[in-house]
Amino acid sequence: MRIESAVHFAAALVLAPLLLGIINRTKALAAGRAGQPLLQPYFDIIKLLRKGAVYSRTTTWVFRLGPAAGLAAVTLALAFVPFGGAPALLAFSGDFLLVVYLLAAARFATVVAALDTGSSFEGMGASREVQFSALAEPALLLGIIAVARAAPGAASLSACLGAVDGRAWAASGPALALAAAAWLIVFLAENARIPVDDPATHLELTMIHEVMVLDHGGPDLAYILYGAALKMWVLGALLAAVLVPVRTGAWAVDCAAAAAGMILLAVLVGAIESSMARLRLVRVPQLLIAASALSVLALILLMR
Amino acid sequence: MHGMTDGIMAALLVLNLALLGTSRLAFCITLVAAQGVLTGLLPLVSSSGVTLRTLFLAAAVIALKGVVFPRLLSNAIRGADVRREVEPYVGWGLSLLLGLGLLGISFWLGAKLPLPAAAPEAALVVPGAICTILIGLLVIVSRKKAVTQVAGYLVLENGIAAFGLAVVPDVPLLIELGILLDVFVAVFVMAIMIYRISQEFDHIDADRLSALKG
Repeated sequence: MRIESAVHFAAALVLAPLLLGIINRTKALAAGRAGQPLLQPYFDIIKLLRKGAVYSRTTTWVFRLGPAAGLAAVTLALAFVPFGGAPALLAFSGDFLLVVYLLAAARFATVVAALDTGSSFEGMGASREVQFSALAEPALLLGIIAVARAAPGAASLSACLGAVDGRAWAASGPALALAAAAWLIVFLAENARIPVDDPATHLELTMIHEVMVLDHGGPDLAYILYGAALKMWVLGALLAAVLVPVRTGAWAVDCAAAAAGMILLAVLVGAIESSMARLRLVRVPQLLIAASALSVLALILLMR
Repeated sequence: MHGMTDGIMAALLVLNLALLGTSRLAFCITLVAAQGVLTGLLPLVSSSGVTLRTLFLAAAVIALKGVVFPRLLSNAIRGADVRREVEPYVGWGLSLLLGLGLLGISFWLGAKLPLPAAAPEAALVVPGAICTILIGLLVIVSRKKAVTQVAGYLVLENGIAAFGLAVVPDVPLLIELGILLDVFVAVFVMAIMIYRISQEFDHIDADRLSALKG
């Protein structure tokens, strides 16, 4: 284990909510508003942590366990994600399967907690979340396999993302671009951003993610918000690692390039949210199938 | 130049899949036009390179497929006043999955097909061309609106052009121009047909024409 890996893990834990702040600031600037402070997500989380939680009498221990279990799963997934060419804190052969399933476990915890409230409304949100994520998962996984094939011999997330450099782009550029496009769609869908879900509204007919957490309050909601920020960092780091193929070997340069990639990604998401409308709910599966199609295409291009 | 050819073929494949997933006719036409322009660029990056002949051919193809056909079809849908493919025989999600299946089949077929040894220069050309042909056929049989079927026909033609480029390096210019002229006449007639159908029946659903049989 290298010291950089630990530093990157700690930095991700601290900086993850900042991505949300950058997205919100980009949207505010595009709309001509001053917008909330860049650190507003931190303020929200700190405020929520100091509050007490209220639990309905119809809920059981499942409801109380959900947020903590979700946060724990996402944090563990974060430990496997490399940043800026340096290997991740943990890595073993085939670990990307574990990362994908840790994200699924976090989702399962949220969904079960939502179902535990007994509210039909939350059940609806849980149903949508599960439907869409079942379609997003193959896109993510096949994309990872495609990127792993672009870097022969690499079997862990750290190794295959660390091997994506200028030469890999020159050799299999179209496939990497397709995988990155698929991941961008997955990134938007999994983090409940605009073409799939609107994080700014609470309109019951369209919500997916927000519905499931309506009954959580106080520290539980803080865990959920922080977990969502970490999940955004996990998927964003994958995307940045492919899109910013700077692997000079010098730690400061690689790290700065990756950080710039993350910031650009946040700005890009803000720009997408400012310029697009939310898709109708029935069109979302189609978008996610298209993402899977892009991943499959990337894989086929590399299989030959 | 292999990288360029493969890049263009990959873009063609993405456009194919996009065509399967879109319901807006105007967007369909844009996609097919983009595909036509990319097919026009193919001879420039092929083995013969940039010569007067390929330059002329590329200019003709791009002018026809990138400018003239979209114009004709846009006018046709404006005349018929239709915007969307409403109820295709095969839904959008299923079309995409079928498209992926066809993609797999064409890569399998591309590996099996006995070709002249010298011909396939870039690895992606043959499977990509077969896939484009198959997806053009799929669009023709699975959609109801006449405009979308014309789009499918053009995709089919793009696939054949790409395939010809890969397998037969030197087709006489006269024949290539003849094919282009044929396609032009076909699309021209089809655009007029679409207009006439919409004048007669207030819609351009080709499936209902079978009710005319006695």
